[in-house]
Amino acid sequence: MTLLEANDVSFEYERGGARVLDRVSLRVPRGGIVGLLGPNGSGKTTLLRLLSGTLAPASGGVVLDGRSIAAMPRREIARRIAVVPQETHSAFDFTALEIVMMGRYPHLGAFELEGGADLAIAREALAATGTTALQARRFATLSGGEKQRVVIASALAQASDVLLLDEPTASLDLGFQLDVAALLARLNTERGVTMVVSTHDLNLAAALCGSLVMLRAGHVIAAGDTRSVLTSCNVRALYGVDAEVVHHPRARHLTVVPLARAE
Amino acid sequence: MTIAGFGALTLVVCVAAPLVGATAIHLSRVFDRTIPFADNVDAQVFFVARLPRVLAAILVGSSLAVAGVVFQAFLRNPLASPDTLGLSTGATLGAVIVITFHIDTAVLGISAVPIASFLGAAIALGIVYAMSIARRHGTSTTVLLLAGVALSAFFGALNRLIQVLGDFTDTFRSIRWMMGSLDVGSYTDVVVSFVPIAAALVAVATLPRVLDLVSLGAAAAESRGVDVRRAERLALVSASVLTGSAVSLGGPIPFVGIIVPHIVRLIVGADHRLVLPAAALFGGTFLVLCDLLARTVFGAGGMPVGAVTALLGGPFFLWLLFRRFR
Repeated sequence: MTLLEANDVSFEYERGGARVLDRVSLRVPRGGIVGLLGPNGSGKTTLLRLLSGTLAPASGGVVLDGRSIAAMPRREIARRIAVVPQETHSAFDFTALEIVMMGRYPHLGAFELEGGADLAIAREALAATGTTALQARRFATLSGGEKQRVVIASALAQASDVLLLDEPTASLDLGFQLDVAALLARLNTERGVTMVVSTHDLNLAAALCGSLVMLRAGHVIAAGDTRSVLTSCNVRALYGVDAEVVHHPRARHLTVVPLARAE
Repeated sequence: MTIAGFGALTLVVCVAAPLVGATAIHLSRVFDRTIPFADNVDAQVFFVARLPRVLAAILVGSSLAVAGVVFQAFLRNPLASPDTLGLSTGATLGAVIVITFHIDTAVLGISAVPIASFLGAAIALGIVYAMSIARRHGTSTTVLLLAGVALSAFFGALNRLIQVLGDFTDTFRSIRWMMGSLDVGSYTDVVVSFVPIAAALVAVATLPRVLDLVSLGAAAAESRGVDVRRAERLALVSASVLTGSAVSLGGPIPFVGIIVPHIVRLIVGADHRLVLPAAALFGGTFLVLCDLLARTVFGAGGMPVGAVTALLGGPFFLWLLFRRFR
């Protein structure tokens, strides 16, 4: 069953300017992980912002659980959809726990104080992301991988059923990449969190995502089941790179080995 | 806990500061009900001569500090202050015009200088706000900051131009005003400023969690359920009302709006539910103390309080910066 969908959405940042997205459609099944692939500037981040309702499409619409997202108040959307951006910077010295507690915002009234229940949810989110030991640390002093896991914990504390992640492993070393991928897979199987993950890491996408959407210059050039979409033909069309796509018996998913720029 | 400490400090300073001055008075005599008020010189000095000035310092200091906190969070820039968006310079321009051209029209008993300076701040806000909503997709803080800098420079130039047109006495009065003074004549000035300041503080009191979230960026705040446009409008307007009221009451007293938030953050951390009340309390206390120095240490004539905050604030702020970026 479809939980979140974009129907023929188009978007331009300036009126009459270049179309960043041109009639893009995408379906996210409940409990699924959809990967968003595409070269730099193909519109992945913009599409994620349309899906989270923080940008409004010029045409077309986004539907969450049968309701148009344009008609939903921000607070209500935030209770259903959480976002993990590429990078998070804070202007001030918040602790990791304070950052995680910020995820509780859409669940609280204007003057309501966070209660024990909110703190318990935040603690659990810290535990789920393996960041309990970091909670009293200043966010700015954490490493890239630690920051990303704390931000994921903040999104978990939002207790939404959809998680949108924008290149969650982009600035992480190999070890942290695997950690974050394993964390996302676990959240998906154990909690049934539905996800849309944009990434440049084709192997991460192959390992994690049940289906893929390939974006190029604001158009969908291929979409569907990961095994049928992740082909050397599509990789060539997407990035202009010759690559070999093989099933890896020990990794138990497809792997992509880039060979050279296509002629 | 910490907030209670700041509150106690404010109270102590409020009671103690009026006791200090050229004429020595005693607290026991001030509150001695057996002496009629008309004969109680200590009580007269306390309540008539010194308390309005202390209350003015509390109001101005709190307003500037809270406005500073709000601007820093919304502009995501720890160096922002009530001056950053050109509000103080706008207010100064208003005051200088009135002083130089001898406009003496009073409205409802409020003299022209505070009204003109409040209007100057409002015009500056209007220009900056128009810039902020001109963009289709969210406000660019860079655009706001640049607009503020340009506006400040422009208003500053107009300021100097007008002063050249004025005669010697007018220019001296203008300069004196620009250095800031809390020497209010009566409780009326204090009450008149209190109304908009109290309203703006109530509005800001709804914002602490929003301020936390916007300091992670507008997109991050939105995805956690903040209506950033609405919150930004409320924050900009209330911080501007605070700035405009404070400047029209005490002149453009520098540095309070930038130093106090930073001192407070060093003590209570980044959480705005603590930073806002602490800044409101400590801002007032800080300015009362600066004013105390201004009217006692530097001789009978006193010194403009703006000079004291800048003399203390300048080096202190440099030290903070040095510590932070070392």
